[in-house]
Amino acid sequence: MSTTASGAEKQGEVTGIRARRRARVAWAFLSPALVVTAFVALYPLCDTLYLSLTNTRLGSEEPPRFVGLSNYAELVHDGFFLDALLLTVFFAVITVMLELALGLGIALLLDARFKGRSAVRAAMLVPWAIPTAVSTQMWKWMYNDVYGVFNDVLVNRLGLVSEPIAFTADPRTSLAAAVLVDVWKTTPFVALLLLAGLQLIPRELYEAARVDGATRLQAFTQITLPLLRPALLVALVFRTLDALRVFDVFYVMFGSRPDMQTLATYAHEILVSISDVGYGSAVSTAIFLVIAVFIVIYVALFRRREA
Amino acid sequence: MSTRGGEQTRRSFLAAAGALSLSALISGCRRAPGAETDEAEELPEVRLPPPPVRGAGRHAGARLVFYAESVGIGAAIDRALAQRFARDTGAAVEVVLRPRDATETYASYLRLFQARSAAVDVLSLDIVWPGIFAPHLLDLGEALGGLAATHLEAAIRNDTVQGRLVAMPYFTDFGMLYYRTDLLQKYGFGAPPTTWDELERMAKTIQSGERARSRAFAGFVWQGKAYEGLTCNALEWIHSYGGGAILEGREPTINNPRAAQALARFHRFVGTISPIGVTGYEEEDARNVFQGGNAAFMRNWPYAYAAGNTKGSRIEGLFDVAPLPHEPGFESSATLGGWTLGISKYSRFPDAATAFVGYLCSPEVQRFRALVGGYIPTIPAVQSDPDVARVLPFLERVRGATLVARPSNQAGARYNEVSIAFYQGVSKALYGTDPEKALEQIDRRIRRSLR
Repeated sequence: MSTTASGAEKQGEVTGIRARRRARVAWAFLSPALVVTAFVALYPLCDTLYLSLTNTRLGSEEPPRFVGLSNYAELVHDGFFLDALLLTVFFAVITVMLELALGLGIALLLDARFKGRSAVRAAMLVPWAIPTAVSTQMWKWMYNDVYGVFNDVLVNRLGLVSEPIAFTADPRTSLAAAVLVDVWKTTPFVALLLLAGLQLIPRELYEAARVDGATRLQAFTQITLPLLRPALLVALVFRTLDALRVFDVFYVMFGSRPDMQTLATYAHEILVSISDVGYGSAVSTAIFLVIAVFIVIYVALFRRREA
Repeated sequence: MSTRGGEQTRRSFLAAAGALSLSALISGCRRAPGAETDEAEELPEVRLPPPPVRGAGRHAGARLVFYAESVGIGAAIDRALAQRFARDTGAAVEVVLRPRDATETYASYLRLFQARSAAVDVLSLDIVWPGIFAPHLLDLGEALGGLAATHLEAAIRNDTVQGRLVAMPYFTDFGMLYYRTDLLQKYGFGAPPTTWDELERMAKTIQSGERARSRAFAGFVWQGKAYEGLTCNALEWIHSYGGGAILEGREPTINNPRAAQALARFHRFVGTISPIGVTGYEEEDARNVFQGGNAAFMRNWPYAYAAGNTKGSRIEGLFDVAPLPHEPGFESSATLGGWTLGISKYSRFPDAATAFVGYLCSPEVQRFRALVGGYIPTIPAVQSDPDVARVLPFLERVRGATLVARPSNQAGARYNEVSIAFYQGVSKALYGTDPEKALEQIDRRIRRSLR
C-alpha cells in the first residue's frame, strides 16, 4: 500500500510541476498582449488621471501646476457638465432599450428559416457599416426643414402638417432625431449578436416543450430568454458603453448647441476648442467613472439572477 | 471666391468625418509634407503672373516653411507667390498645406508652438488667432509698420496685441446683406432696408406673398447654429443696436439693455421671417436656401456673391448686396473676418520671413490676389483700383458699414472660451431663454474665463 501511496504522491508532484510550467508558458505567451494593453490602455488612462489633477493648458506660457482635486470640485458645480451628464444618461437608457427590444424582435424573425435569409442578414449590416459621421450628415439632410425628404412627404405629399418641422433645430424634436439615428444605426448590430445567441439554443428544448404542451409564449419566457441571457448581457454592455460615449451623432447634428451637449462633446469642447487639458481630463475621467458604474450594476444584476 | 464656398462644404464634411476618431487631431501633423505632391495636379490655373518682389534684398541660404492655404485657387496663388519670392530673393520657400479644417490647423499650431518648433516660419492665421498666439509671434512693427499704416485700420488694430504688431492682414471678409432685387421690385420696395424694422416689414410682406408659390420660402436667412459663425452674426446685431462689441479692454460690456433688445428681435425672427431651422444654419445652409431662390434676404460673407452669380444659379443677376441694417441712430456693422500672416518667434530666418510677409501683404500682391482669386484686399487704395472694383463690384456698395472685430485681441489665449460663452448664450436666447438672463450668464462665464 505504501508504495502506491508514494506513487500517487509522486504523480501529484509531477502534475504540480507541470501546472507550474504550463502557467509560466501561459504568462510568456500573454506578456506581449499585456505589454501592449498597458501601453495603449493603461498608460493613457493613468496619464489622463494625472493630468486631471493639474491645471495644464496647451499654449499657456506658465508651466502646469498640481492642483489636487480642484478640477473635480469645479466639475460637480458645473451646470454644463451636469446637463450633459443628464442628457447622456437619458439618451443611453432610451436608445439601449429601443435597440434591445427591436434587435430581439428582428433576431427572432431572422431565426426562422426562410428563403434569402442570408441576403437579408447581410443587407441588415449596411447601416452599421457606414461611418456614423457620414450617416448622421445624411440624416441631417433628410431632416432639413427646407429641402429635407421627411418634410416633403409630411407637408407636400401627405399634407399631415401645414408647416415644415425643423427636426434638428426644434428643441422638442432634437433628442428624438438623434435617438432615431442611433437606433437606425445600431439595431442591426444588436440583432446579429442576439441572433448568434439564439442559434446556440438547442432545438430539442423547443420540441420537448411542445410535447409537454407549453405555449409559444411559455417557450419564449422559459427557454429563449434565460438561455439568451449571456448574449443579452454582451449586447447590453456594448451598447451602453457606446451610448454613454456618444460623440459623432451629436457633434455633427448640433455642433456646440448648449442644450445638446453629451459628456463626450463637452470633453471635446474643453480639450480641443478651449485647450484646457487639466479640466478636460477631469471630464474624461468622469465619463470613465460613469461607464464603470453602469458596468458594475449590470454585472451584479446578472450574477445575482444566475446564482 | 466660389472655391472658398466649396471649401466650406468640404471643411464641414471633413470635420464631420474627422470627428469619428482621433485621426482629426493627428492628421494635422501627418499631412504636412506629403500633401503637397498628391494634390498639386488638381490646383486651378493662376491666370496672371505674380508681381515681382521689390526692395526685399537677397536672402540666399534662407529656408522658409510657409503654412499656406490648402485647396483651390488660394493654394495655387500661395504657391505661385512663394515661387516668385524664391526666384527674386534666392530664398528657398517650402509651401506646406495647412489642414483644411480651421480647428485642425489651430490644433497643429498649438503643438508646434508648445514645442517651440523651428519647423514653420510663416503661418496663415485666422483673424481671431493673433491674440491667441501673440506670445509665440514676432513683432513686425519695426520692419512692416509703414506698410501696415496703408491697411484697413480695423484689421491692423486686430493684429496689434499689447502694442506689438504680431500679424499682417492677408485678405479680409465681412458680413453683408444680400437681397433679391426682383422680389423687392415685385412687392414695391424701391431700395434695400437700412433699419431692422424695415427689413422685418419687407421680409414679412415678401414671405407671405411668396408662400403661395412655395411653402418653404423664407424672408431672411442667416447663421444661427451654435458655432463661431453665430458669434460673427450676433456681434453685428448687437453692435448695430449700440450694444458694444462684447469686451471693452478685458472688461465684458455685453450685459446691457441694447444687446438684450437685439437678441429679443432675433428670437422673434425665428419662426416668423426666418425658418425655425435657422438656429441650425451655417454659411452654406443659408446660401443653399438663398441661392435656391427660397429667401428674400440673407446675411453672409462675400463668397456667396460670386457663387450666386455662377452660370446655372437660380438667382443669377437677380440679387444685390447692401450694408447690414441697423437701429436708427446707430451704425450698420459688419464683423471682420479673413486671414492674416504671422511669423514664428522660433524661426531661424526672421529677416527672410519678414521680407516674405512684406511681399505677400504689398499692394501689388493684394491686387494680384483680388484679380486672380477674388480675395478682398485689406488696403483701401487697392480696393478702389478700377480693375479690382470691376472684379469685386460689391465693395463699393457696402463701404458704409463699420467693420467690427471680434474681441480676440483683448481676450488673447482665452478667446475661444469667450466666443463659446457668447454664442452658446445667444443660442439659448434664440431658443427662448430670456435675453437678459442669457446675457447675464454670458457675462458671468466671460468674467470667469478672463479672471
